[in-house]
Amino acid sequence: MIAVTARYFAAFRDRAGRDSEALTTGARTAGELYAELAATHGFADGMARCKVAVNDEFADWETPIEEGDTVLFFPPVAGG
Amino acid sequence: MSFRISDQPLDPERLKRALGRDSAGACVCFEGWVRDRNEGASVRALEYEAHAALAVKEGEKILAEAREKFGLDAAAAEHRSGRLEIGDCAVWVGVSAAHRDAAFAAARFIIDELKRRLPIWKKEYYGDGHSGWINCLTGKSGAEAEPPGLPRSLNRQL
Repeated sequence: MIAVTARYFAAFRDRAGRDSEALTTGARTAGELYAELAATHGFADGMARCKVAVNDEFADWETPIEEGDTVLFFPPVAGG
Repeated sequence: MSFRISDQPLDPERLKRALGRDSAGACVCFEGWVRDRNEGASVRALEYEAHAALAVKEGEKILAEAREKFGLDAAAAEHRSGRLEIGDCAVWVGVSAAHRDAAFAAARFIIDELKRRLPIWKKEYYGDGHSGWINCLTGKSGAEAEPPGLPRSLNRQL
């Protein structure tokens, strides 16, 4: 298990009722952590339509996460 | 820096002046405005939320790709954050190039990539008092009705 921080934006923040939280997780990748949090908070958007960043850099869902990482979860974007 | 996120009204005339080059024979500017309807619902106002640091980084990357791909003289863009009213300019894109074909194509490329890649989210406030995040299933009433555990829509795409 590792300790990480999750940060939520827009619809994810509204749904989770917070903009970040400290977690202890068995997830090994950003995608595994998303699946865990989607179940906890009821995030309904599939990964293919969302984006993720690890420590303020865009990442893939397969990106490994490590102790102390901050993982940012972005719901489907809608700029313009 | 030629890409910015701004919480203040955009000024297209000022932005356009930065595109001038002696070698440029064409300038194309695009403005995205807030309109009063979306998918049949009457819209009162909008709110944009951005992850500014990552949006600027990605925006600069898109402009650099466009300069390279279309051989532009200059390219710049700005996107609003915060609350906007009907008619406000939400996004501005401007390019200059030797000829019009490259300028039109580059402006189109930039606005399409900005919409697809920037970490920016739009919340619409409707005439009937409701509001909602655009493009998101999360938070929609349909998602609320799904059984606990992994939502169907997520399962499908995993």
